[in-house]
Amino acid sequence: MTELRRRGGGDQDSAENISDKEADGDDRLAFPDEGDGEMVGDSKAETPDAPPSTDNTPQCLNKALEGLSSRWKNWWIRGILSLTMIIGFFLIIYLGPIMLIIVVMGVQIKCFHEIITIGYRVYHSYELPWFRTLSWYFLICVNYFFYGETVADYFGALVQREEPLQFLVRYHRFISFALYLAGFCMFVLSLVKKHYRLQFYMFAWTHVTLLIVVTQSHLVIQNLFEGMIWFIVPISIVICNDIMAYLFGFFFGRTPLIKLSPKKTWEGFIGGFFATVVLSFFFAYLLSQYQYFVCPVEYDSETNRFAVECEPSNLFMIQEYTLPAVVQNALRWKTVNLYPFQIHSIALSSFASLIGPFGGFFASGFKRAFKIKDFADTIPGHGGIMDRFDCQYLMATFVHVYITSFIRGPNPSKVLQQLLVLQPEQQLGIFNTLRNQLREKGLLPPAVEEAQ
Amino acid sequence: MAELRQRGATDKELKHQHSEDKGSETEGKERDGASDSETKPEVPVSADDTPEVLNKALSGLSSRWKNWWVRGILTLAMISFFFFIIYLGPMVLMMIVLCVQIKCFQEIITIGYSVYHSYDLPWFRTLSWYFLLCVNYFFYGETVTDYFFTLVQREEPLRILSKYHRFISFALYLTGFCMFVLSLVKKHYRLQFYMFGWTHVTLLIVVTQSHLIIHNLFEGMIWFIVPISCVICNDIMAYMFGFFFGRTPLIKLSPKKTWEGFIGGFFSTIVFGILLSYVMAGYSYFVCPVEFNNDSNRFTVDCQPSELFQLQDYSLPSVLQSITGWTTVKLYPFQIHSIALSSFASIMGPFGGFFASGFKRAFKIKDFANTIPGHGGIMDRFDCQYLMATFVNVYIASFIRGPNPSKVIQQLLALRPDQQLHIFNSLKAHLTEKGLLPALEEAA
Repeated sequence: MTELRRRGGGDQDSAENISDKEADGDDRLAFPDEGDGEMVGDSKAETPDAPPSTDNTPQCLNKALEGLSSRWKNWWIRGILSLTMIIGFFLIIYLGPIMLIIVVMGVQIKCFHEIITIGYRVYHSYELPWFRTLSWYFLICVNYFFYGETVADYFGALVQREEPLQFLVRYHRFISFALYLAGFCMFVLSLVKKHYRLQFYMFAWTHVTLLIVVTQSHLVIQNLFEGMIWFIVPISIVICNDIMAYLFGFFFGRTPLIKLSPKKTWEGFIGGFFATVVLSFFFAYLLSQYQYFVCPVEYDSETNRFAVECEPSNLFMIQEYTLPAVVQNALRWKTVNLYPFQIHSIALSSFASLIGPFGGFFASGFKRAFKIKDFADTIPGHGGIMDRFDCQYLMATFVHVYITSFIRGPNPSKVLQQLLVLQPEQQLGIFNTLRNQLREKGLLPPAVEEAQ
Repeated sequence: MAELRQRGATDKELKHQHSEDKGSETEGKERDGASDSETKPEVPVSADDTPEVLNKALSGLSSRWKNWWVRGILTLAMISFFFFIIYLGPMVLMMIVLCVQIKCFQEIITIGYSVYHSYDLPWFRTLSWYFLLCVNYFFYGETVTDYFFTLVQREEPLRILSKYHRFISFALYLTGFCMFVLSLVKKHYRLQFYMFGWTHVTLLIVVTQSHLIIHNLFEGMIWFIVPISCVICNDIMAYMFGFFFGRTPLIKLSPKKTWEGFIGGFFSTIVFGILLSYVMAGYSYFVCPVEFNNDSNRFTVDCQPSELFQLQDYSLPSVLQSITGWTTVKLYPFQIHSIALSSFASIMGPFGGFFASGFKRAFKIKDFANTIPGHGGIMDRFDCQYLMATFVNVYIASFIRGPNPSKVIQQLLALRPDQQLHIFNSLKAHLTEKGLLPALEEAA
């Protein structure tokens, strides 16, 4: 996100890079007792400066934009690639939930790879061959654990049918734990005398990365199963906030926001906030009308496919809201027809605009701390995949927590599953409690009949 | 655990070790080159904080035996303390677990500060403790909601806290995250990120494990006592066997561990586990799940012991039959499980110890802290326990109990009425199939 800002500045960039190096010098001076400037793992403070980003813009673009000056060329490249990414996004949505899950998985693996590569470079640990294997092994373990939990929840019927799957599901935690332990023991056995500290650093780096990247990507998938709208709207909101804040900052920007990202401004921040709330309000209205987006994704056991068909819940049915008196006088409407989801979208967009940027600042701080310009060079003009997704992470967790707290209760099939595993006496006890509860609510015929 | 071995050495060996350590460090400095040739201040020789009284009592003995006695006495003190708090009941146990967790967290964070020379980042100490609070709030909240369900439903503020628990915890964590971002200072970015990472990994290791221990505790105190005892026993037995029979080194990481100690410890721990389980399985105090009694507002351990804790007949395989002349033997099923627990403690537990040894060597510290005279810090005593707690929890969840019934009811009552009806019908069909419901119900 900061990239957006810094690159828009053109030549001022290089000046900033130099001042970063000065900051580096300050870094060294601040710790004189380091002797020859050795910080932990930083040997000789010589994290080699990231090689200048190779220009991997496709040839065709280069030819088309030959005539323009460097600044505009950059702007056009970024613009074209932004459009490409957004179109790609819509295409994937059209292709359906399975495709989305695969793409999320792909993004997760790429992000993990980018962060681990940075770790290798920072710690010069290319020569520890075991460690690359171990990092990927831990990634597979954690993914196995999370996907197993998801599969058990959502594919309940399918799992009941297949015997080997049943076994895997029942002992899922044990198997995952055993796999993880195997990795842990391999790590301990791979400790080499001269490289203890490095190895522990990489171990910790891997675990923190897993914590950030993998858990979030699974929360994204859980949100997706709730309904594609819970996946599309948050992501679109964050993208919109990025773009709106950039545009407002570009045209009206004056007061700097935070020392960490010098090109962000208060005008951009506030303008982005309001613009995002308004735009997402309308976008939510647009999407709430289609079942394809609104229904929970379910696995149909008969057709062996994902189905998105249902009776839309209350959240996605138009309701009348009476406007407060102030607004009534202003607009002369008494009531307005809204989807309740639009109210929720206001909460989501507020979060994205107010707290989302902190994710961006965190990533900026991280890049400055490790003196890298971008996480990687995957996308021309934009940097790596992590650069595009840094603000999304907090958002995914927030949406998940929001859904579990305010929207839905527990998953009924999961509850039924747990019920069937209990002891018979416990089942009977619960059966009676539930029966009384339902009778009170009038959903079941009263007890009188059964006495007969 | 490695400590046990190193300290047991003689005075001369101690000195020799010191110089060896220093020697290898100097070599290390030249060779480590790229990695960690930073001039870390030599760890000060552990201050002798043995209580005065002990010192006087042992003044007559030579240094080696004095050391041995100090360790022995403190080991006994710790074990007696352990029995004492078991006697005091679940509430006290939970508080002790919480304290141990806080102390371990503090020890590891202090090491982080000294490694990174980050004492001068005042914000960071506050933030680390704040994150500890947040994560504990989250975990305790989940536990409280599960086990104190009726109490929570009664009190209105508790009900709201419980309903929006995740949201509140997340909001608290986010606040800490934003404070961290706002506290980033220009010259110290890298340090701050390191400490942030250090704090989170520590939380992951220390706090989650301590909560798994509490979950195990609620399952029945026996699930808390037996694993911990097995690990302690393995420690002591491996040391004894190594002391008397030790010959072949086990792993380069901990040079004083031997295969003889490892194998001897393995078998003796299994036997110990079987005997201890036999003794404990007889008492409902240990065997019953800890429950919160709403009327008396206290924890009670009263129940009908489950099948696991009732003597059953097992027919011996013919080999054993011919040796011992018995055809069947009366065992608690739990004793069979205890074999699995002790095997894990003996085989995997040491890896936790090697991990901690590697960690100490990596950061060139002798002990995590100086809290316990002769033993080092709290972490030194608990390093093997961590893997054990997770294993026991996973074991229970996979092989012993199903889901917690009160939690299931809770979830049921939170569903929508039509979903409840649907589940009710499925459950009715299921129970009728099993013959638990009279057929009369069907007609009604």
